[in-house]
Amino acid sequence: MTTQRFVSGDDIHSLSAYVANKPGVLARIAQVFARRGFNIDSLVVSPGGTGDFSRMTITAKGNPEGLQQVIEQVGKLVDVLHCFDHTGQDVVVRELALVKLAVTPSERTEVLQVAAHFGAKTVDLTEESLTLMITGQSDKLDAMLGLATKWPLIELVRTGKVIMARGAAVT
Amino acid sequence: MTKQILDGGQALVKCLENEGVEFMFGISGGAAIPIFDAVVTTKTNIKLVLTRHEQGAAHIADGYARATGKAGVALVTSGPGATNTITGILTAHMDSVPLIVLCGQAISPMLGKDAFQEADIFGMTMPVVKHSYLVKNTNDIPRVIREAFKIATTGRPGPVLIDLPKDVTAGPCTADLLSALDLPGYKVPEAPDSRIILQIAEALAKSERPVILAGHGALIADAAAPLRALAEKLRAPVMTTLLGKGAFPETHELSLGWPGMHGTAYANKALCECDLILNIGSRFDDRILGQPARFCRDAVRIHCDIDRSEIGKMIEPHIACVADARLTVEALLEHVAPLKTEAWLRRLAGYKKKYPLKYRKTGSLKMQHVIEEMYKLTGGRAIVTADVGQHQMWAAQFYRTDEPNKFLTSGGAGTMGFGLPAAIGAQFGFPDACVVCFTGDGGFQMTNQELSTAVLHKLPIKVIVLNNHYLGMVRQWQELFYDDRKSGVDLEGNPDFAKLAEAFGAKGFNIRRQGDLRRVLQKALDYNDGPCVINVEVEKTDNVFPMVPAGRPLEDMLIEPPKYKMDKPTGST
Repeated sequence: MTTQRFVSGDDIHSLSAYVANKPGVLARIAQVFARRGFNIDSLVVSPGGTGDFSRMTITAKGNPEGLQQVIEQVGKLVDVLHCFDHTGQDVVVRELALVKLAVTPSERTEVLQVAAHFGAKTVDLTEESLTLMITGQSDKLDAMLGLATKWPLIELVRTGKVIMARGAAVT
Repeated sequence: MTKQILDGGQALVKCLENEGVEFMFGISGGAAIPIFDAVVTTKTNIKLVLTRHEQGAAHIADGYARATGKAGVALVTSGPGATNTITGILTAHMDSVPLIVLCGQAISPMLGKDAFQEADIFGMTMPVVKHSYLVKNTNDIPRVIREAFKIATTGRPGPVLIDLPKDVTAGPCTADLLSALDLPGYKVPEAPDSRIILQIAEALAKSERPVILAGHGALIADAAAPLRALAEKLRAPVMTTLLGKGAFPETHELSLGWPGMHGTAYANKALCECDLILNIGSRFDDRILGQPARFCRDAVRIHCDIDRSEIGKMIEPHIACVADARLTVEALLEHVAPLKTEAWLRRLAGYKKKYPLKYRKTGSLKMQHVIEEMYKLTGGRAIVTADVGQHQMWAAQFYRTDEPNKFLTSGGAGTMGFGLPAAIGAQFGFPDACVVCFTGDGGFQMTNQELSTAVLHKLPIKVIVLNNHYLGMVRQWQELFYDDRKSGVDLEGNPDFAKLAEAFGAKGFNIRRQGDLRRVLQKALDYNDGPCVINVEVEKTDNVFPMVPAGRPLEDMLIEPPKYKMDKPTGST
């Protein structure tokens, strides 16, 4: 297995939406993407400042013109307060990955060297496996995964990007 | 004495009264019984109209809404009752019609458990509603109803579906019937930005060959009067879209009729030659554009729309104004001066003379002739509904519309079967108006069971079945683009429509010869004890022109039948 499919490409857009925390909101938004043939690559949903609203960070592939339409159509959904495109903007971007590798005790040192270089932590360790947690920008995760998958990958979980505007601006 | 607590159904009915609802159109069913019961126990003034099919209920509510400008309400039960409304919801959604669909639902503990007559109507309709609710708590009913009407009728109107589990409508409601709205994400654009108005006025001042394109948005915003004042002040010609018919009088000297695939040649020529297009409330539908990349390519394009997501969707404008159409036009009126359009208007008058809408009266009876005769007999003052197909295009061409909300047709969805129920809804809204439904033998058979509804309420609708024994528009395409290979278009086996009408208790007429046309239509107009169906045997293989083949630029419009073999069109249907 290679890491290629997990690596971000250039045509990936980062959007944020601030929405009412009500049933069906996610389905409505997902539908706007699906209708235009946009694939959602990653999606993070969690309550915003108060429980009444949720924050969504969406990364999706597609052509920019179509994306503008998607943003407008998401923005007009009754339960959506706003939807912004942050692609190409200087924003704080973070992602977390858990990587479970099949590593024997004799191989541990080398794995931990790689982990240390990227600031990853060991969160689980057994005789047959080692699980690393790494946080940072997506390309940093991609870089570590590129090296770490030298060992057999048992499984990988990435949270998908979360983004926040810099300074006092609202995301 | 303690105040009697309402149940959910009763609260619902009270809330509908508060919203000014006059009619509910629908069919009962197990999951909706508490609501239907509440209609009785609350002794409400809202009139419950039992339709014969839920699709009919949705279209009737839609027709009522289009004619009156108020929200139309459909009330149906769960499962198939609810799914039968989906075509009606799509139709309303595509044409921005305020429609409220109330659906009974299985009791909430059974949701998702394949209960009897359970359907996930909330999920199924999500792509075709402006908004929707699954009510889980009886006390939410008042807020949901208020929100639903607000959402359906403001901004760009649209359908709102409310799914009501039976235990929710049966349970006690202690909430305030005037509960506050909770719509933090719902924003409606209102007045236009004054800087944009100045930009538009500046662009207009430089224009020598302007056209105004007025769409359904102009009607919804009640902008017809200021629009007329604007056009007259500018001396600018106006075309209205199929759904915008009536936003500007079609008999006015500045009117160009409607543009697009089967619009007037002079409207399309004006679009090809204008130096500025001012779009008020049209979404630049693909039926109008021909080839989007070529559409008004060299003109200054101004798009005024209340829906921001329409800006740049089909056509990239030079100036965009996201605001209420009426407020936009009124603001513009204050900043514009008459334009020097004499030469332009002369040129367009030349096109009107050279390329009038026309047909041959010789030979067998033409649909156009029937429509034109009805136009004359009704003085152009009827509320007209048109079903979908060839007759729809001819009705739009030959029944000229001078007033708002008097030409009702399914434009975006192209829903066959819309005409009759829409006419019923319009007649409920305007009991004293003359309501004429032009339909085809194909579309009429899709919803003709609603004749029962019309008979029951003695609605004097004139249903004119323009019977060519074909699904004519498809046959036309097959003739023009598919070497006349007819496939699935022959309506062999049609019933006798006049007899069918009589079986329903309606009046039936037949017209087979030109000589009978005027006399029989007049008899139908004089019959007001209930609906009548006028079956008119018309030319079987007539074709609608002008025609812009789908996907071709407007410049390639065919004024007359082509003398050469046509390629298959590349545009959608």
